[in-house]
Amino acid sequence: MEFLKKYPKTFQWLFLLIVFFALCFAIEVPETYKFIRGQAEFVKDPNQSSYVFLGKEVRYYAFDVFWRLPPLLGWLPIWINDSLFFLMNEWMPIEVWNEDTQEFKSRPIVLQISRNLTAFMTFLIQLIREVLLGGLETIVAFSSWDWIDKNPWAELPGLPWTIVAAGAAILSYKVSGKGLALFAGLTMIYISIFGQWKPSMQTLSFILVAAPLSFIFGLGLGIAAFKSKRVEKALYPILLVMQTMPQYAVLVPALVLFGVGDHAAVIITMVVAIPPMILLTILGLRAVPPEVIEAGRMSGCNNWQLMFKVLIPTARRDILIGVNQVIMVCFSMAVISAFIGAKGLGFNLLLALNQLNIGLALEAGLCISLIAILLDKMSLAWANKQTDYFGNLTFFQRNKNILFFAATVIVGIVLAYIGTFLFKGSFNYLFEVPHNKGISTADFWNKGVDWIFDTFFVYIKAFNTWLIQEVLQPMRALYLRMPAVATIVLVVGAGYLIGGIRSALVVCGLTLFIALSPWWDRALVTTYMATFGVIVSCTIGFTVGTLCFQNKRSANFMLGVCDIFQTFPSFVYLIPVMMLFGITDTSVLIAVIVYATIPATRYTIEGLRSVPAGLHDAATMSGVNKFQRLTKIEFPLAFPHMMLGINQTIVFALFMVIIGAFIGTEDLGQYILKALSDKKGAGIGLTLGICVAFIALIFDNLIRSWVEKRKKHLGID
Amino acid sequence: MAETVIKCENVYKIFGSNAKKMLQESNGNVDAKTFQKNGCIVGVNNASFEVSKGEMLVVMGLSGSGKSTLLRCISRLTDATGGKIFIEGQDLLQLNNKELIELRRNKMGMVFQSFALLPHKTVVENIAFPLQIKGIKTEDSISKAMDMVKLVGLDGRENYFPRELSGGQQQRVGIARSLAVEPDIWFLDEPFSALDPLIRKEMQDEFLRLQEKLQKTIMFITHDFDEALKLADRIAIMKDGIIEQLDTPANIVLNPATEYVRKFTEEVPREKVLLIEDVMDASKNDLGDLKVSKDEIIENVAEKILTQEKAVAVIDSKNEIVGSINPTKIINTVFGGRKNNN
Repeated sequence: MEFLKKYPKTFQWLFLLIVFFALCFAIEVPETYKFIRGQAEFVKDPNQSSYVFLGKEVRYYAFDVFWRLPPLLGWLPIWINDSLFFLMNEWMPIEVWNEDTQEFKSRPIVLQISRNLTAFMTFLIQLIREVLLGGLETIVAFSSWDWIDKNPWAELPGLPWTIVAAGAAILSYKVSGKGLALFAGLTMIYISIFGQWKPSMQTLSFILVAAPLSFIFGLGLGIAAFKSKRVEKALYPILLVMQTMPQYAVLVPALVLFGVGDHAAVIITMVVAIPPMILLTILGLRAVPPEVIEAGRMSGCNNWQLMFKVLIPTARRDILIGVNQVIMVCFSMAVISAFIGAKGLGFNLLLALNQLNIGLALEAGLCISLIAILLDKMSLAWANKQTDYFGNLTFFQRNKNILFFAATVIVGIVLAYIGTFLFKGSFNYLFEVPHNKGISTADFWNKGVDWIFDTFFVYIKAFNTWLIQEVLQPMRALYLRMPAVATIVLVVGAGYLIGGIRSALVVCGLTLFIALSPWWDRALVTTYMATFGVIVSCTIGFTVGTLCFQNKRSANFMLGVCDIFQTFPSFVYLIPVMMLFGITDTSVLIAVIVYATIPATRYTIEGLRSVPAGLHDAATMSGVNKFQRLTKIEFPLAFPHMMLGINQTIVFALFMVIIGAFIGTEDLGQYILKALSDKKGAGIGLTLGICVAFIALIFDNLIRSWVEKRKKHLGID
Repeated sequence: MAETVIKCENVYKIFGSNAKKMLQESNGNVDAKTFQKNGCIVGVNNASFEVSKGEMLVVMGLSGSGKSTLLRCISRLTDATGGKIFIEGQDLLQLNNKELIELRRNKMGMVFQSFALLPHKTVVENIAFPLQIKGIKTEDSISKAMDMVKLVGLDGRENYFPRELSGGQQQRVGIARSLAVEPDIWFLDEPFSALDPLIRKEMQDEFLRLQEKLQKTIMFITHDFDEALKLADRIAIMKDGIIEQLDTPANIVLNPATEYVRKFTEEVPREKVLLIEDVMDASKNDLGDLKVSKDEIIENVAEKILTQEKAVAVIDSKNEIVGSINPTKIINTVFGGRKNNN
């Protein structure tokens, strides 16, 4: 008892756990309960109960209320669907002039707007694609097919790959230096000679449309939120959900609103890419020292001048980091959008994975990774580049990069022209290496995978069976055994103990939403997979991070590795695990672990680094050894930051679990994937996405409250 | 008396959501503690004073005393909660946004503690910034800015970026920028506080040289009492938003109005602050041969005076005797009146 009096918190936690387990044991598993697989929930079954809400009939399996709450929110996806359908097909018809039939036609306004937006996006993408690859559809858009037939010369010729490669190298040189220029050049050459040019340029054109538009909207909204508290308050919850919602889940509503293809993908990419831009804009503008703003005001700036001549240039770096984020999100969306029919590298990757052609998938994946690294490094270099003074340079010095590029354009055209003679009758390799006509290493990789399978099959299989039977199945069963009420009590209690009544209420709301949705069981499975991934990732990440921290060089090296791995779109991680473990839960979990270890490692190193040097010296002078210093000084002080790492780890793990549905898992992701191919999937997809986001937000809320409290306690910032 | 440039009448600045209402209810009797209980923080409490043309008023106070807030009320970077402020007879608080911008573009210059330079502009571009904001052609503004660069002694560094300059140099840029539009009123908010002691002294001297040349109307904020004594025509000492005393340096040192002010003056080396005029006697009898000017600082002539046996004649700029001072008085001034003797 003495102990408990001394540590009241421990007592409270103990009490909470006792209540939780008591509830778990008190609430029996109903005999009729079974984990429903596949489509069963949508099939009419005489055992189902049903209720009607807002005119929608919701069917569900009724259990003891303590065991599983009834899906009182089951009407939500149906309602979202019907509303969308109503919006798209019936709401506010307007008269539209139809070019083809030469008559007015009535069309709902939302459909019309969506079609126009779609057409505009398609045009933009097509324009950039044809500049890069050649084609005539943009010209058709301004004239007609008849006109093209009469003027066969009218076609955008496309840029030879040599020029694009040189352009990338020169741009890299301008923002960073020789190293990056070399990397850019080699990447481009690799892409070209391995026959990935066309899909790569398709992906690039996608980014070239999505990124600038996201930047403009993000900056605009960021400025609005900076200027008005009300706008910020309205935006904040949306931003929070968008940041934790799996990118995969937002694809579904896009499908309904904008259809299949690049244009829909661009629009939804913007939806995903704008939030980080807004956040970083606000952050950057907030970080401008108040005296600089006052100096601007005292110089007689009006509001406009203050924003564009003082605030934004001063916040330049943060805003450009936002651009970096936008580009990386756009790129990863460009890959994932393959699911709704966006062309490019992602599409090839998806195709190859579907055919289980690991070799081809690896090639596409490597291309994706290289481009991701290149885009990341280039945009970061741009952000970190400081303004220089040019006034004292000559015209040539000032414009040498542009002049040099102009020269390469001429050389490239000449080379391409020479190519027409060199490769007479076959493909002009100096103009463009066609898809699958470059060097391919796919066969080599496929043989390698076969060899790995032949040689290690027994071991891999044994490991796989062991993991699934001994660890995963019991864990899964344990999670599914949790009664809904007990889980809510546990989560809300934790919220109250950590962050007080406010936190408890927020967490309660989030949990109730999931519990009242029809997918509580799936959410439990998702959580189980994520938990497993997070535990292993954190163990690895903390260990690796702590070990690397002992040496400055290894720490920097590890951070560099984390940087590189973080740029890869999550989808890419599925390739190697499928290669080794085939299509099982193990594959997904290993992908989850690899992906989620990145933030765990990074935050560990950063957290340990943030311990002030003065404390190190003080500790050393007190005569601690290395181990004591680690356990007594560094870990306690770095722990809040490391907890933020766990937060990130959870988000990363959830993302990967959801994408893992592509391999085949029985969690929320499976339904999201299903919703993608379902005509009425929009509501389900969106609700599922929100469920996943809420799982992340529950942990986010708990961890953040704890970290803030702890930081205050330790007196860190 | 020279014309009044800045005039404050019962200026209040109170932070908090219902500050205005509370101020009205208090009828001008603002008690910081009562306000704080109701979630309001009192920044400036009933400040009234005038600054005349060409005068330098130094506002001295420790951090949190409201001195910077007072300055920001007068430059209207924040709106005062109550009271009236007149700039050259214009009611500042009645100006609309456009008039305010006009006023700042032509009449006001301000220097900041953290320099507040724009990181993406070079020295000369920073200095030309207020001119360009005003809409002056690039060429003209740059040539004008170059004059300013020379004025503050940064020639040769005009194409450097702020990040490439030392603190003292950065503040020179800040000073040059604030002077670029040739303002009549010059606000300086702790301009030398972020500098090293040696650089600070150099900048203070430089500042005095500039002011001699330019004769601006100045409000200078500092937390350094020595700095205030060195620069000021008059000093306002603030505590908790209230101006405790507003007087010439000599009067503050000789007659501190409150206990708080007295604490500051205790450690002040008086011989460095006081002029002969401040301590001389009126009697003109029994004078020795030595004559000293009434405008000399005591420190500079003390040695000469102390060697005399008779009283020394004090003369004004027209060489007429206006009073006398004897060595005992010097010794009393420098060593007497300290706390031990009270």
